[in-house]
Amino acid sequence: MTRISLTVDGASVSDDVEPRLLLVQYLRERLGKTGTVIGCDTSNCGACTVHLDGTSVKSCNVLAVQADGAEVTTIEGLARTVGGDDGLHPVQEAFRECHGLQCGFCTPGMIMQSVDLLKNNPKPTEEEIRLGLEGNLCRCTGYHNIVKAVQHASGQAEVTA
Amino acid sequence: MIPAAFDYVAPTTVEDALAALAQYGDEAKIIAGGQSLLPVLRMRLNAPEWIIDLGRIESLRGVRDDGDAIVIGAMTPHVVVGSDPLVAEHASLVAKAVEHLADAQVRHRGTFGGALAHADPAGDLGAPALALGAEFVIAGSGGTRTVAADDFFVDLFETAIGEDEILTEVRIPKRTGWGATYEKFVRVAHQWPIVAVAATVRVEGQAGDRVFAEARIGLTNMGSTPLRARAVEDALVGQPVTDDAVRTAAALAADGTNPPSDLNGDADYRRHLATVLTRRAVLDAAGA
Ligand SMILES: Cc1cc2nc3c(=O)[nH]c(=O)nc-3n(C[C@H](O)[C@H](O)[C@H](O)COP(=O)(O)OP(=O)(O)OC[C@H]3O[C@@H](n4cnc5c(N)ncnc54)[C@H](O)[C@@H]3O)c2cc1C
Ligand code: FES
Ligand code: FES
Repeated sequence: MTRISLTVDGASVSDDVEPRLLLVQYLRERLGKTGTVIGCDTSNCGACTVHLDGTSVKSCNVLAVQADGAEVTTIEGLARTVGGDDGLHPVQEAFRECHGLQCGFCTPGMIMQSVDLLKNNPKPTEEEIRLGLEGNLCRCTGYHNIVKAVQHASGQAEVTA
Repeated sequence: MIPAAFDYVAPTTVEDALAALAQYGDEAKIIAGGQSLLPVLRMRLNAPEWIIDLGRIESLRGVRDDGDAIVIGAMTPHVVVGSDPLVAEHASLVAKAVEHLADAQVRHRGTFGGALAHADPAGDLGAPALALGAEFVIAGSGGTRTVAADDFFVDLFETAIGEDEILTEVRIPKRTGWGATYEKFVRVAHQWPIVAVAATVRVEGQAGDRVFAEARIGLTNMGSTPLRARAVEDALVGQPVTDDAVRTAAALAADGTNPPSDLNGDADYRRHLATVLTRRAVLDAAGA
């Protein structure tokens, strides 16, 4: 067992964990943060994307011990990073407005990656959005409304969904 | 999905990491960004008893100017390498290769040294490192040695790094003002190339009368290690920057290669792809 202490969605947490525990398991199984989901076995799908010290990572491909001392933001704590504790983050709002989801399984990862993308590039082109989300797979929507949601969140598209 | 159990240490100096490697021997495995190692552990293709994490060693991170070379710390994440001004100015081939390596999340965690140490023949950084004549600085209990790119890549997933050694940094001789292009051919997004060509060239002369003064070309996934396309390099030097001249030289791209056959394509297909991608990469690198 290894002792880890980190901040998750604004709360300080400290636990003894097995070194082999993946960050995504720690979030879901220890902290009950089931908003972050697991969609694959190969680190391809991006459904498990969270922010680790401010940048997006696939939490199925990070050990919990590697996050010792770090600050983690999950989809559940995203809204509080912009002040509203119970409201939605503007990117969450844009996905709702543009119907950027069907089953919703890829959505937590899509939103976390979109927020990272917009942080580095506040006015991305459609091509830049598609490239920026290339590590996130959606089985349902064909990406059309996802791309539109990101354009909308960046103030570049009318809502037409 | 879940790795076999292991013990974990996260030293804060290279000396402590080397001491841990010496102590645990072949039961230990280094973790850098974990973007290649963790999938391997999760599929239980490997089950080391100790994991030694280099992630807390600050001295292994960053890019610095060292006179006639730039030096990239082994633990510098892809995203930092890809946006570093020194890399862009003096080794733009590396910046181009990093741009389309994996996806954003993987580029945030994966490291320059980790990708090179992993030595996947389909990995995107080997061919640029080889083409640029990089030097690999490797630390062991007996001190530090430097290995030339030509001697670094030994075989599939095998490099000159010994079991008790750590890659600490990579020196890349400056090629300031050279044009560079990385042509990567993929079947699906965010994946390893079926074939890729890393080309960097120095062109002399005025518009309309430009010739290749120097050319260095690396091939990805055309054998068990990255390869230099030396026949193409030699054929280009002194030639005019024209479509015809580049096409003739690029036809030699598959000479001396030994590409794999797999579900993405057989060896003949890869040989053909190498010539096409080399032509595109060289023309683009020359600004034509
Ligand atoms: C979804 C996905 C897509 C990807 N797509 C691509 C792609 O398109 N192109 C590409 O090139 N790569 C791709 N990768 C791999 C990625 O580039 C990895 O970051 C890289 O191969 C390994 O770097 P790392 O820092 O994560 O190393 P790790 O995974 O931590 O280590 C890799 C290996 O190198 C050894 N090692 C690491 N650092 C050192 C060191 N300093 N000294 C000695 N040994 C060391 C480790 O022991 C291990 O065996 C992809 C990965 C994923 C998950
Ligand atoms: S669950 Fe992490 S990438 Fe698919
Ligand atoms: S909405 Fe169903 S996987 Fe994307």
